[in-house]
Amino acid sequence: MQLTTLLDIALGAILINNFIFIQFLGICPFMGVSKKMDTATGMGFAVIFVMGLASAICYPVNLLLTKLDLEYMQTVAFILVIAALVQFVEMFLKKSIPTLYEALGVYLPLITTNCAVLGVVLLNVQNNYNFIQSVVYGVTGGMGFLLAIVLFASIRERLEFAEPPKCFEGFPIALITAGLMALCFMGFSGLSIPW
Amino acid sequence: MNTTNILYAVLTLGILSAVFGVILAVASKVFEVKSDPRLEMIQSTLPGANCGGCGYPGCAGCAAAILAGKAPVNACSVASGEQVSHIAAIMGVKVEAAERKVAFVRCSGGDRAGHKFDRYIGIDDCVGAMKVSGNGYLDCGFGCLGLGNCVRACKFNAIHINSHGVAEVDRDKCTHCMQCAAACPRHIITDIPYAADMVVPCSNKDKGAVAKSNCSSACIGCKLCEKNCPVGAVTVTDNLAAIDYTKCTSCGTCAAKCPRKLIVNIHDDGKVAPVVVAK
Repeated sequence: MQLTTLLDIALGAILINNFIFIQFLGICPFMGVSKKMDTATGMGFAVIFVMGLASAICYPVNLLLTKLDLEYMQTVAFILVIAALVQFVEMFLKKSIPTLYEALGVYLPLITTNCAVLGVVLLNVQNNYNFIQSVVYGVTGGMGFLLAIVLFASIRERLEFAEPPKCFEGFPIALITAGLMALCFMGFSGLSIPW
Repeated sequence: MNTTNILYAVLTLGILSAVFGVILAVASKVFEVKSDPRLEMIQSTLPGANCGGCGYPGCAGCAAAILAGKAPVNACSVASGEQVSHIAAIMGVKVEAAERKVAFVRCSGGDRAGHKFDRYIGIDDCVGAMKVSGNGYLDCGFGCLGLGNCVRACKFNAIHINSHGVAEVDRDKCTHCMQCAAACPRHIITDIPYAADMVVPCSNKDKGAVAKSNCSSACIGCKLCEKNCPVGAVTVTDNLAAIDYTKCTSCGTCAAKCPRKLIVNIHDDGKVAPVVVAK
């Protein structure tokens, strides 16, 4: 069943194999831009956008590489594709949809070097996903990222008012919080759709 | 060694990057957005602190507003005179020198004011303290709580809590961005001309007897300053003296007549620290 597989992929990407908390991909933007709720949301949506697009574009590139027996070049080729893609999208948005461009702002170029985006295309190849499955995995993976960073930002906004011991102030306590949240997300590991 | 393999690898990557390069080059022409070169010039002239004192979102927003003619060239209160004239030159207009203003905390109470509780235990946040302790823990319902919301709001390190537990502005560092005033839940930070001498460091609008019993450094609204000012620059409204700096000649009569020793010359000892009178 096509639809149930897609649902399975979506559930897996958002909760069970959350990119941040289970696979530990894309930790740098996760720690870097989670201080405020609105920047975190902006980053989350930008990631959804780019991950979905990258999955779609990298699929034909991978077909080409497989045909030429060059699978070992995937990482290099995908980095190239993602970097070019983000640049292109940025130019396109600036001209065509300036409001979206302003909403995504500085986060769009930041994503160029996001390991979660490279991770999602490599995982697509590893899991032998077809085109639709790849795109679904990319978009829902981005949603998982959005969920994680929004939850984390809401906690960090409250951490500002907490008074941890001096040595834990700032990043250390944030890292501990992220670790605890990762532990919580492990609770989803037994989850599966009953069909 | 399989040379064809190497050749394929080099060729594929080479062709891929060439294709992307061409696409990006074409895209940069097709999707080119023409921006006024003056925008970047103005933006690089602005201080770049993104303090928001001008009312626009950051220096980029201010530069765009200046360029669009929505804001005057001296919209940025932080920029030095030199920077403002530079922006004026970019825009091709003349600028009149604006009078420099600085923030001023209208309170000198702190530990001179009575406290409702022995001590306040809670988060170091003026808004929070006002909410949990019923309009603050001071007997005076107007005075500075000294928990430093203004200090945290200041991007220029120009405001500090002094030894009496009251916020105090470093007039030389202050850039008049007024972020401290926006952060103050008591609304007691206002602006005065940098050249001003006489100040009334109090915001208490209670009647004389109440004000006097609540804080040893409070204006009681006795109007001696108003009656004695030779140029009519001091007025007492709502039991609180205020100085009109367009009239004030800094003669010091008000300070001499003030029974509370509240009105002072800010330059006298560099600090707003009225003599503590016994309660």
